[in-house]
Amino acid sequence: MTSGEPDGLSRERTRLAWRRTALGGTAVALLAARLALTGSRGAVAVAVLTLVAVGWLALVATAFRRVRGMRAGRPPVARAVGLAALTVGFAGLGTALVVLA
Amino acid sequence: MPLFAARDPGGSPPDYRFSLANERTFLAWLRTGLALIAGGLAAAQFLPRLPVRDLLALGLLLLGAAVAIRSVVHWARCERAMWRGEPLPPSRFPTLLALAVAAFALLLAAVVGFEAVW
Repeated sequence: MTSGEPDGLSRERTRLAWRRTALGGTAVALLAARLALTGSRGAVAVAVLTLVAVGWLALVATAFRRVRGMRAGRPPVARAVGLAALTVGFAGLGTALVVLA
Repeated sequence: MPLFAARDPGGSPPDYRFSLANERTFLAWLRTGLALIAGGLAAAQFLPRLPVRDLLALGLLLLGAAVAIRSVVHWARCERAMWRGEPLPPSRFPTLLALAVAAFALLLAAVVGFEAVW
């Protein structure tokens, strides 16, 4: 991190990092949805798909807000704990599906 | 009171670009966890039905969850160190994770090879 670095590059790299994370989360959501649809049925499938959709929306919404927040002024600190919890949630869902299927 | 701290960390806010770098590092770790979870989900549905398949999938999912938890802990500890002007905390976790991923890859290779030969 050099002091001569133009001001916008850090923000741009951070925005890209959020977009890549949202992409990764989307891939996980699709895999989890497929596992839920092929490995379970009925109420279980609906419940799992709902949780996957909620988790995915939360991740994408946070990334979108954070990317927008970079545009002007000093960016606020991100809520890292919520996102880590979301990722753990995806893992938990997958574990439940593996055990149930 | 910054968001990452339950108690006042002392010191003063760092250059925001250092905080952004810490945030990018956190996101990189989170993506690593997501990739492990994706691997576990893929193993669960795409590998042939062998007893070791579920074990492999569960291991990858749990490892992904552990990486996700560790990513936010590390982010908070680094942020606190930057506030206080202290050196960043050292960690053996990257080494341990690399060894674990290598172990899973070898196990996966054995599963695929066994299925091909059997």
